[in-house]
Amino acid sequence: MGLIQIAASILTSILVGALTRGAQRTYFLLALSALAVYWFQPALPLRSFDFWLPSLSLALVTLTWFVTSPPGAWKARQNLAGLLIIAGVVTFVDLSRYIFPEPVLTGTPTPPFLQYIIFLASIILFSVIFAFLTRRASSLSTLLLSILLLSILIILKSPQLSLQASIFFRALTDRPTATASALDLRWLGFSYIAFRLIHTLRDKQTGRLPELSLPEFATYVVFFPSLAAGPIDRAERFAKDLRAGFALTSTEALSAGQRLVVGLFKKFVIADALALIALNDSLAAQVHSSGWMWLHLYAYTFQIYFDFSGYTDIAIGIARLAGIKLPENFLAPYAKPNLTQFWNAWHMTLTQWIRAYFFNPFNRWIRGYKSLPAWAMLLIGQLATMLLIALWHGITWNFVLWGAWHGLGLFLQNRWSDFAKTRIPAANPRLQTALQVGGVLLTFHFVALGWVFFALSEPHLSAQVFSKLFGFG
Amino acid sequence: MEQKQPPINLFRLLLKTGILFILFNFAFIFVNVDALGRLSLYNRLFPGRERFPFGETRSSYNLSLYNINAMFASHVLAGAEKSSEEYRVLLIGDSSVWGTLLRPEQTLAGQLNARSLAACGRTVRAYNLGYPTISLTKDLMLLDQALAYQPDMLIVLTTLEAFPLDKQFESPLAANNAERIQRLITAYQLPLNPHDPALLHPSAWDQTFLSRRRAVADLIRLQLYGALWASTGIDQVYPENYERAQIDLEATAEYHGLTQPSELRGALAFEVLDALMNAADVPTLLVNEPMLISSGQNSGIRYNFFYPRWAYDEYRRLLASRAAQNGWNYLDLWNLAPMDQFTNSAIHLTPAAEALLADKIAAVIPMLCK
Repeated sequence: MGLIQIAASILTSILVGALTRGAQRTYFLLALSALAVYWFQPALPLRSFDFWLPSLSLALVTLTWFVTSPPGAWKARQNLAGLLIIAGVVTFVDLSRYIFPEPVLTGTPTPPFLQYIIFLASIILFSVIFAFLTRRASSLSTLLLSILLLSILIILKSPQLSLQASIFFRALTDRPTATASALDLRWLGFSYIAFRLIHTLRDKQTGRLPELSLPEFATYVVFFPSLAAGPIDRAERFAKDLRAGFALTSTEALSAGQRLVVGLFKKFVIADALALIALNDSLAAQVHSSGWMWLHLYAYTFQIYFDFSGYTDIAIGIARLAGIKLPENFLAPYAKPNLTQFWNAWHMTLTQWIRAYFFNPFNRWIRGYKSLPAWAMLLIGQLATMLLIALWHGITWNFVLWGAWHGLGLFLQNRWSDFAKTRIPAANPRLQTALQVGGVLLTFHFVALGWVFFALSEPHLSAQVFSKLFGFG
Repeated sequence: MEQKQPPINLFRLLLKTGILFILFNFAFIFVNVDALGRLSLYNRLFPGRERFPFGETRSSYNLSLYNINAMFASHVLAGAEKSSEEYRVLLIGDSSVWGTLLRPEQTLAGQLNARSLAACGRTVRAYNLGYPTISLTKDLMLLDQALAYQPDMLIVLTTLEAFPLDKQFESPLAANNAERIQRLITAYQLPLNPHDPALLHPSAWDQTFLSRRRAVADLIRLQLYGALWASTGIDQVYPENYERAQIDLEATAEYHGLTQPSELRGALAFEVLDALMNAADVPTLLVNEPMLISSGQNSGIRYNFFYPRWAYDEYRRLLASRAAQNGWNYLDLWNLAPMDQFTNSAIHLTPAAEALLADKIAAVIPMLCK
């Protein structure tokens, strides 16, 4: 989100918070969020893809709602209203090409109306066939939809697969394939959309998902403040906020305003300034001394924190103006004395999601292998979880190394904690303070060194940086 | 019990926000951004730059800004305390002195320093004060500020393109420092219009925070780039491939609208050169800098992209005559380097040609010291 988009989001949230009440608020938030799906989407070189991809986001959201709601729920008035709002927004965005001389809501001109109608008909046809084929087994529809979402996610996160997909789409639309790039398919917010949808599908399977109307469900998934950079809320919590009565008061406005100011300062002053000197591929080769390399690594370490947590503050602030209390995502992660606590304080909503939908089920499953020693179960569990978090960021070797770094770190820290519990006297306050301070410094530097993999694109560049950091380069 | 708050008054909220925004914006009029430029991390936390900040791309780890205080504060000259052993030589000129496509050690200043010259029993330390736009007035403006740094010798490198009166304020650095230029016009009684519309005078609105946010951001960026300068030693992009200086030339003999040698004198700002040469009571060397002499298409009409032959020949004659009249120390090195020793412009030398130039100048420095 750029400054103009943030300013517009703040203004619309104030208007929604101050002027709308009850279900009206949900409808407005749905319409604004659906519009934001298009407006926030960056322009793409593939013809009209900055229209098609957001439209597909909305189609997937609607389809998932159908799968997760009771049969016939769509006939309810509010759900029909939701359908009408979503279809109305998509149609309006497409027709905007005939209203405005230049694209306003999308980066490039939207497709001609006929193409849009064919797209809409295809989506409806696909949904009907999907519903027909899975009518007797709701778990099958859940499974198929989850596989579809994961497949898209894998394609988008893998540079090679993205490139192949881009070549395919370019060939399909008679565009030169030689200029295809993995960046051609930058689908804004899909990582978050997919995780929210998988959460609802899984919770539906386990019977934990409360009944949600389409406007509530769709607003939850594509809520504009958290569309681009999270946090990943839970549907039932989000719906509770939507259903609660809300009128923007000066106290709420002040608290949201403070959060916004902090977030804007973190993102646009601190993070953007640090970005100029933060570690990157070019610097990996250009920096000639260990001390300066550490400086660039520290700059990256703080830049990524201030950037991400700044965006979260902005999202929380904007949402609060509209009466939605999004969950916290960061809790002073660099001040934590061990890696477990770091991961409980860094991108918390992602960690909680992974814990709920992967780590806990995986651990239950692996405990079935009685022959495995406990430490091996722990190691496999930690490694698998951290690799999954890493691959969510991108399917590259460097992300794999980053995941392995943290997986091993968590395992070692767990072993050390077990060892220290029985051997280090708890009654010695000085020793405890020293351990606490030492733990913070050690954890911070372990995390900072891990960013060497995260910040760079290739393992050999990371090796180059490590050798310079420790005076071998 | 928690007291229930009344809903917010949207109108009051927007009104207060608007008033605060306007007040903050206009309070900024009283902030002297130019003076803020003196605050610098260079020469303290980071080493000073070997040449002035200039650059348009992020990968150059450099930027162009108009704050002369900030430019000097980031320069190594500002942090170099002059010892009794140092013979301080300041080099003034355009991009050929600044060193486009040259690493700091390959520039004229770098090559002079590498020669470990001695003058008057002291060690010569040359400082690169070149700046990549061509205008004598811009050179005078930078020299005026540089005089505070106790030079022992000045070397002014120039070329005809720096002389036309209508080009004096074309350098954005000059245009955006109108007050300084006007002061110089008065002090040296230069034949330039102090109210020339090319000189930009900021209005009250131009001095608000909104209008000057770029200038403030540039000051911060300059400091941050100090870390990159310190860690990499890079201050410009060095592309492997670039477009070479033009060899095949247009068949036009016009120069700034002039076609006759007799018209040239009146169009050139020799008075600004006089000011440059007399600015300090230290030995000053004037160098007519090397330029590309093409043997390509239409080279009978023109020497290079910049100059038709008649104009440049007349300029050389005028310059030599002025130097002789005033008793200036003058080196005419216009044809020092062969055609293949120029990079992306008719005045940008390769490192090898820069070494030739350094040899010529190095031979003169000890003879001029006093």
